[in-house]
Amino acid sequence: MYRYDDIDQQLVQERVAQFRDQTRRFLAGELGEDEFRPLRLQNGLYVQRFAPMLRIAIPYGLLSSRQLRRLAHIAREYDRGYGHFSTRQNLQLNWPKLEDVPDILAELAEVQMHAIQTSGNCVRNTTTDHFAGVARDEIVDSFVWCELIRQWSTFHPEFAHLPRKFKIAVNGASADRAATFLHDIGLHALRNDAGETGFRVIVGGGMGRTPIIGHAIREFLPWRHLLTYLDAVLRVYNRQGRRDNKYKARIKILVKELGPAEFARQVEAEWSRLADGPGTLIEDEVRRIEARFTRPEYETLAPFDVGYEARRTAEPAFAAWIKRNVHPHKLHGYAAVTLSLKRTGVPPGDATADQMEAVADLADRYSFGELRVSHEQNLILADVAQRDLHAMWREARRIGFATPNVGLLTNIIACPGGDFCSLANAKSIPVAEAIQRRFDDLDYQHDIGELDLNISGCMNSCGHHHVGHIGILGVDKNGEEWYQITIGGNQGLSKAVAPAAAGTPAALGRVIGPSFARADVPDVIERLIETYLEMRDSEHERFVDCVWRIGIEAFKEAVYGNRDQRRSHRERQLAAA
Amino acid sequence: MATVIREGRIANDSWRLLDAEIARLSYPAEDGLLPDFPANPELIVPLALWRRRREDLLERGGRLGVRLAPEDTAETIVADLGHFDLVAVEFPVFTDGRGYSTGRLLRERFGFRGELRAVGDVLHDQLLALYRCGFDAFALREDHDAEAARAAFHEISSFYQGDARDSRPLFRRRVAAEQGALSVRSGTASERRVPRCEQRE
Repeated sequence: MYRYDDIDQQLVQERVAQFRDQTRRFLAGELGEDEFRPLRLQNGLYVQRFAPMLRIAIPYGLLSSRQLRRLAHIAREYDRGYGHFSTRQNLQLNWPKLEDVPDILAELAEVQMHAIQTSGNCVRNTTTDHFAGVARDEIVDSFVWCELIRQWSTFHPEFAHLPRKFKIAVNGASADRAATFLHDIGLHALRNDAGETGFRVIVGGGMGRTPIIGHAIREFLPWRHLLTYLDAVLRVYNRQGRRDNKYKARIKILVKELGPAEFARQVEAEWSRLADGPGTLIEDEVRRIEARFTRPEYETLAPFDVGYEARRTAEPAFAAWIKRNVHPHKLHGYAAVTLSLKRTGVPPGDATADQMEAVADLADRYSFGELRVSHEQNLILADVAQRDLHAMWREARRIGFATPNVGLLTNIIACPGGDFCSLANAKSIPVAEAIQRRFDDLDYQHDIGELDLNISGCMNSCGHHHVGHIGILGVDKNGEEWYQITIGGNQGLSKAVAPAAAGTPAALGRVIGPSFARADVPDVIERLIETYLEMRDSEHERFVDCVWRIGIEAFKEAVYGNRDQRRSHRERQLAAA
Repeated sequence: MATVIREGRIANDSWRLLDAEIARLSYPAEDGLLPDFPANPELIVPLALWRRRREDLLERGGRLGVRLAPEDTAETIVADLGHFDLVAVEFPVFTDGRGYSTGRLLRERFGFRGELRAVGDVLHDQLLALYRCGFDAFALREDHDAEAARAAFHEISSFYQGDARDSRPLFRRRVAAEQGALSVRSGTASERRVPRCEQRE
C-alpha cells in the first residue's frame, strides 16, 4: 500500500472542506446546477436515474483491508448496504444522498482515500495490471509509476477542463493486462539495452461510440521524462481537442483527424520546450514513492506444498477453482487468487457490506492485509501462501466468492446498465444473469474454455463490449431495448501470468448482424458457442482465436441462417411491412 | 465602477473593454474616416480590432490590453506582447479550458509580465486553478459574490505540480526544503505573490 505523507493527507482533507462548501452553496441556491455539475463530477458524484451515484477512487485498484472495511461501513451507513466494483477499478455507490457526500468523503479521507477526479473532463484514476508486483513477467512495479501519475494529475491546474474525460493505463509486465491500447494514453514499461527503464507511449485508443486501437507515438521514453511528456500530450489535446461536439471530443478523434504522425510531431514539438525542465522526474522522488509503499514480509517457502498438492488431487472442486482462479506468483510457494464477483444471480461486480468485511478478513489472514480490484470487476488477493489456499478457498466459498469461472463465459463484465444508469439504452444485469443461468454447468464452461463476454448498456461502452470475445451492446429502437452482438474483440491481455503467454493483440469485435430482443440473447450466445465447438481445431483454440481464423461468416450463418435464408427472411419482412 | 479581483483583493477597474463597438470601430464611417477610439486611457481591444487598427492604437497612447478568444493562441500575439499592459483571456463558458494553457504559455514560455486577466464566465470555483496558470486578475461573473470568492485562493494550500507561480513540482520544492532553503508548501496565494525570481533567492 502507498502510505500518505502529511501533504497527501492534508490535500484530501482540504478537498473535503472545499467540496463541503461547494455543496452548501449549491443547496443554498448560490451555485446553479450547471456550475455545480463539474464540481460534483470531479468529486465523483453523478446524478443518476434514481439517486446520485458516487464513484470512489481506488487508485490503480490497490486497497488495504482497513480501507475495504471503511467502504463496507460507508455502504451500510450511507447507502443500501452494497457497492459495485467497476471496470475502472473503482467502487460505485448507487444510493447515496447528495447532502451526505461531504461526510462520506470525510470518512474516506480518514483512511487515505478520496473520490477526486473519478468523473468529469479531467485526468481520471490511472489503472494498471491487477497482478502488479507479483507477476512473473514483471518489468517494473507499475504501482510506483501509477502513484507518480496520480500525484501529477491531482489538481493539475491546466487540465481540469479538458474537452472530455481522460484515462491513463500503465502496464508494467511483458503481457499487457492493462488494456493499454484502449486508453487515452497507454504506457507500457520497457527496459532498453542499457537496462534503463522507459515507456512505450500509446495514445488515442478507446471504446465508446468510436472504438479505436491506440497508436504508439514513442517507442521508448526514458522514465525521467514521463511527466513532462504527459504534460505535452495533454497540452496539445487541451488546446486542439474538439469542444463543439462531445462525441468527437476524446483525444482519439484528434489523433485520428490529425493523423498519428502529425499528432506525434506536435507532441514532440511541445515536449521539446518542457524536456529537462523543472517537471523532469528525479531519482530521489521515484525512490521516495517506492519507499512509501509497504511490502509484504514474505517467507521463504518451498515451491510445492505437500498438503496443497494432496488436497488438489483429492478434491476436484478445489482443483477446478485452482485451475481458473489461482494464478502463478513470482515467489515460490505463493499464489495470486481471484475472488470472483460473478456468481450467477448477482450483478457482476456487486458486493455487499458483509462480503466486503469478509474479504477484508480474508486479506488480513491470508494476504498481508491487501487486495486489488481487477478491471474484470473481481477482487484479487495477490500474496496467498500455497499452504493456505485450501482453507482460504473454503472460506471464500462460504461468502460466495469462489465461483471457479475466471476467464470463462460466466465471468461476465457488465456495466450497471438501465437498472441504474441514466445514460443506458438498455439493461445489462438481467442479460448477464440470463446468460449465466443458461451456461450454469461448470463442466460445459470449462469445455468452452477461455471466453470474455462483455455487456454494455449503451454506446459509452462502460462494459467494454468492443473488446469482449463476445460483446453485447444495448441499443434503443423506438423506445425498446435491443441487443447488438459482436464477436472477435480482444482486450489485448492474456489470462495466463506465465511469461510465455505474452497475450494476443487488442482487437475490436465485429457486428454479426441485426440486433435481438433481450429474450433471444441467450439462444444466440448458445448458437455462437455451438458453432465454435464444431469449428475449433482443438481444445487449445480459444473462441476468439477460432473467430480470427475462420472469420465471422460461419457464426452469422448459425445465428441468422445462410445468405439465401437471410435474403428470403428480409423479403418476407419487407412484404409484411 | 466595475470591480475585478486582483491578487486576492477586490479592486476598482478602470479598464474599458471595447466589445460592442468592435464593428463600428473596424470600418470607416460615413465621412470615409475610421472612427476615433473612446477617450479612456485604458482600453482592452479584441484581437481582431488590434489586427485591423494596430497603428492607430499604438499612436493613441494610453495603456493597451488585448482580448484573446479561446481559439486565439498565445503564439499569435507573441511578437506584439511588448505593446500590451494587459492580456484578457476570454472564457465564454467556464468549462472551456483552453485559456488555462494560454495563461501558462504567456507567463512561462513567453515571459509576459503585465496583467493577465480572466474574463467571461469566470466563477469562484475556477479561480485557484486560473491563478496557478498565471492569471492575476479576475473579472468575476456578476452574480458571483466577489467577497466570498476571495476564499477560493486559500482552499487548497499545496500542490503536487509546478505551475506558473512556481515552476517546481512538489518533489523539487521538497528537495530544496531538505536542503534548508524553503518551505515545502507552495504556500497561500498571498505568500506566493512574490515573483519567482525573488522566491528562488
